[in-house]
Amino acid sequence: MSPTELNAASVKSADAEVPLVVAEAVGGLWSDVWRRFRRNRIALTGFYVVCCLAFVALFADLLANDKPYYLEYRGKTYFPIFRSFIVSVRLGQWPPELLNVEFKKLEGARAAYPPIPYRSTNINLLEPLEPPSAKHWFGTDKLGRDIMAGMIYGSRVSLSIGFVAVGIAVIIGVVLGAIAGYFGSWVDLVISRVFEIMLSIPTFFLLITVAALLPPSIFLTMAIIGMTSWVGMARFTRNEFLRIRNLDYVTSAIALGVTDRKVMYKHILPNALAPVIVSVVLGIAGAILVESSLSFLGIGVPAELVTWGSILHEASTTTFAWWLAVFPGFAIFITVLAYYLVGEGLREVLDPRLRDLR
Amino acid sequence: MGPYLLQRLVLLVPTLIGVTLVGFLIIHLAPGDPAELRAAGGLGGAREATVSRDKRGVIDDALAQWRAQYGLDKPLYVQYAIWLKNLFTLNFGDSFKDNQSVWSKILERIPVTVKLNLWSLLVVYLVAIPLGIYSATHVNSLGDQATTLAAFVLFAVPLVWAATMAIVFICGGDFYYLFPPGGLESLDYTENWPIWRKFTDHAWHLFLPVVLLSYDGFAGMSRYMRASMLDVLGQDYVQVARAKGLPEKVVILKHVLRNSLIPQVTILASILPALIGGSVIIETIFSIPGLGQLGFESVLARDYPTVLALFTVSAVLTLIGILISDLLLAAVDPRIAFGRRQQ
Repeated sequence: MSPTELNAASVKSADAEVPLVVAEAVGGLWSDVWRRFRRNRIALTGFYVVCCLAFVALFADLLANDKPYYLEYRGKTYFPIFRSFIVSVRLGQWPPELLNVEFKKLEGARAAYPPIPYRSTNINLLEPLEPPSAKHWFGTDKLGRDIMAGMIYGSRVSLSIGFVAVGIAVIIGVVLGAIAGYFGSWVDLVISRVFEIMLSIPTFFLLITVAALLPPSIFLTMAIIGMTSWVGMARFTRNEFLRIRNLDYVTSAIALGVTDRKVMYKHILPNALAPVIVSVVLGIAGAILVESSLSFLGIGVPAELVTWGSILHEASTTTFAWWLAVFPGFAIFITVLAYYLVGEGLREVLDPRLRDLR
Repeated sequence: MGPYLLQRLVLLVPTLIGVTLVGFLIIHLAPGDPAELRAAGGLGGAREATVSRDKRGVIDDALAQWRAQYGLDKPLYVQYAIWLKNLFTLNFGDSFKDNQSVWSKILERIPVTVKLNLWSLLVVYLVAIPLGIYSATHVNSLGDQATTLAAFVLFAVPLVWAATMAIVFICGGDFYYLFPPGGLESLDYTENWPIWRKFTDHAWHLFLPVVLLSYDGFAGMSRYMRASMLDVLGQDYVQVARAKGLPEKVVILKHVLRNSLIPQVTILASILPALIGGSVIIETIFSIPGLGQLGFESVLARDYPTVLALFTVSAVLTLIGILISDLLLAAVDPRIAFGRRQQ
């Protein structure tokens, strides 16, 4: 069997529905990618889960809040959640009769609350470690904080850490990888040494060292995770740039006098993007995992911030409270799984050469 | 092979210096003063506000003296040079915490972590390779799809969740008591126990940590194994072997398996650091006195010499892992010549 026949056969066996001759792309690369991505049902499910999580994180204040959507009190109507948005961006102030009140204790008020009428920060020492019930769907922790609310706000922490950390990693990785791959020679040699050093550094140990030595902060955690996870992306980018740099169209662009920056940015980068995009999606899952491990060890994010990992941390010491272990861990698992599925789906669609790599 | 090995070993030196420099700078430039921390501990947590001014002076003198004793008053580059000089005699200095020699502290804990990781590595290979062979020889069958799905799901299970669930549900607590919640031996363990009892006690304690450390390794590796088996199955010489009438079993075990094991050797290099990182979590949860636990405790106590020593030791282990897997690869695959291998 000749090599081309072999390739054709393996494409066929992987997904019988993918036509060997891809119809001409209508509306560019991305609509084509989306069209092919949609055929993979499992990856599509992962994509919907990712969208749901993003929705929860974005609208956490509307899903779990100790303030009502709508309040009728002493003949007046208010919209406290929306008012709190306005106050937080300093466009307005609380009416004096509602300043620092507990909405649930207002007498003679009619109110409509969100499905979970707590915030993750609401401490209620009268209800510590309650098992799941109609009042607290997923139970409470030892300070009486509602776990469901904690998980809803925790999704915000997880996703933002995932996105920002990977954003940092992409910037460092792509820039360094592109420079090394494009210029080659001694530049490549020096930068490749840096990669080698980063590869031999025990990353997780470095992470816990830095996270424990620096003051706890969510932004620092994002930065640390980002700065320790760019090597894989940089090596991908370097190899792609090295390969594409020697293609004829790049040589002719350089011969025509196009500047280095323009060649790298306009001509090579778009073609080198496929593996980067896949590793971005997988990297988000990785960053979420790392964040949960750090909060599990009790370092990184501030102690008062409820995250999925910090609830798990409490579960490991309060072993009878099974609800502290089951729900947040499942949330991390589903999130990571969804990102993996999307990543794998994208890999198949974007770059058949990478299909069997992980 | 000799010159190649020498060349590789020489190249390790600059990398190692780079790694330790990064570690040294991070640890020493981070805010927080080990002397202050130590003083706060010694004074029973007395803060500046509660100490009168003349006593504060006494404390400052003591701190300065202590810093001088550990060389913390010198400029950073001098400190690093001294540290590097001591490294060549394997002298990592004394721990800030208890003044014991850091090297002896590490030596004490190495066997535990090595044992944990060797068992995990064994489990990884023992589970992954048969699974990979099965998947590749039954492509797209129900069993293949099931193992693919299982591997994928397992790969996404966060270690902290798996460990917490194990502690809550099967390690005493309010549910089942199938495995001990921590430690390496039972409370009534004595040296007089018969050998089988010692062994079962050890196995009982090691079971959960080993399984937890290895599950994502074998999930990932069974995928690699499947891919490389499929790769080899498509080669012409396999067709030839089949065409000349060899039974399928011989084709798979003798012709395909051996060659598809070659890439698995390199994966050793990437599994090793992950295992060491994973032991921090596992050893902390199951209170196993290994390097991971020592590392985490030292980080929290700002015990700079111990942290830096552990950092160096795991970097060396990682570098050696990469070197060994390169050598093994060249040894098992004659197509790869020493010194000519690109990453």
